[in-house]
Amino acid sequence: MISCETLKVDENHYHIYDPTLRNTFNFVFHPARSVISMPRIAVVVPAYNEEKAIANVVGEINAIKMPEGFSCMAVVVNDCSRDNTGEIISELNCVALQLPVNLGIGGAVQTGFRYAFENGFDYAVQLDGDGQHPAEEIPNLVREMNSGSFDVMIGSRFIDKTGFQSSWLRRFGINYFTRLNRFLVGVTVHDSTSGFRMINRKVLAVVNEYYPDEYPEPEAVIIYALHKFRIGEMQVQMRERQGGVSSIGAVSSVYYMLKVTLAIFYTFIRFKFSRKWQESRSSQ
Amino acid sequence: MARIQIIAITVSLLFLANIVRLIIRGKLREEYSIVWIVSTAVLLLFSFWRNGLETISKMLGIVEAPNLVFTGAIFAVLIYLLHISVVVSKLQKQNKDLAQEIALLRQKKGEKQEN
Repeated sequence: MISCETLKVDENHYHIYDPTLRNTFNFVFHPARSVISMPRIAVVVPAYNEEKAIANVVGEINAIKMPEGFSCMAVVVNDCSRDNTGEIISELNCVALQLPVNLGIGGAVQTGFRYAFENGFDYAVQLDGDGQHPAEEIPNLVREMNSGSFDVMIGSRFIDKTGFQSSWLRRFGINYFTRLNRFLVGVTVHDSTSGFRMINRKVLAVVNEYYPDEYPEPEAVIIYALHKFRIGEMQVQMRERQGGVSSIGAVSSVYYMLKVTLAIFYTFIRFKFSRKWQESRSSQ
Repeated sequence: MARIQIIAITVSLLFLANIVRLIIRGKLREEYSIVWIVSTAVLLLFSFWRNGLETISKMLGIVEAPNLVFTGAIFAVLIYLLHISVVVSKLQKQNKDLAQEIALLRQKKGEKQEN
């Protein structure tokens, strides 16, 4: 007979402490199916022309030592690459989603989120295919997320200002989005352009319905905040990209700022005044 | 009938014939053809009714009649462009949904074949 200490984190999440093993196990209760299972995490990797880096990234994900009870699965979305990314990922130990046309980063990431949602994953982590995001930080994201029962956890470069810091122009842009977010929804996120983030199933249900296409990260923060999700942020060390080129060049950064600003305002207005969105919020 | 009237009427009729041809061949959907048929009808109307422009301008208080043509035409073009943008946005969303659905189904199919 083993006596275990059960701790309810929130509605459907439990920590179970086993004193003999001196270990805490995490469980998720699925009300629809009335079953308890160990939480599964989909690591969504959008990849566009990443044939050099992608095998490494998937290898790193598969090598992660997850916190007790958690398991993770790499879900690579090939955004109709023109190089061999598609063939490479179909040989790797991961779920390979092959898009027939190029959708851009947002559409690709959403494909992964939809896969995670439809296949009953409890969490999703977004991790870029160029090797900039450190896969070994995922266990830290998981711990941080669970300790504060957050809905969204963002891996940020700018809390302690360590690791790869990117150019001053880009930092200026990121700072601007931080201020815009604070002004509109009163939530401070230091690195709202960071794609390295973890979301739980409540958030998955929302992004399954709507996720921005182009440059989705800052806009997604607004969507999360407007849904009253609890957003956490933690320091991670980012690296410089291992291969490929940034989706944002020097010329297009002005367009980027403008487009994202507009998108943020529209999302804000749409959410505040549209009945459909408010119903979806109250039904949660 | 003045020579310019004959030219205008001929061109309008040719334009109309081309629209009908495109619809019959299935290259233009009926709902998008309405605006083209209406504008051809307007062209035809003013080809026959030469003083029409002057009359309407006077009614609206426009001194130079050609200004009415420019204002009206540009306004119509802008409205139609907006309509086209809406159509393209809708298509883009449908295209995205379909592409994602294909990727998910392909993956499911591959999984079945492995088992």
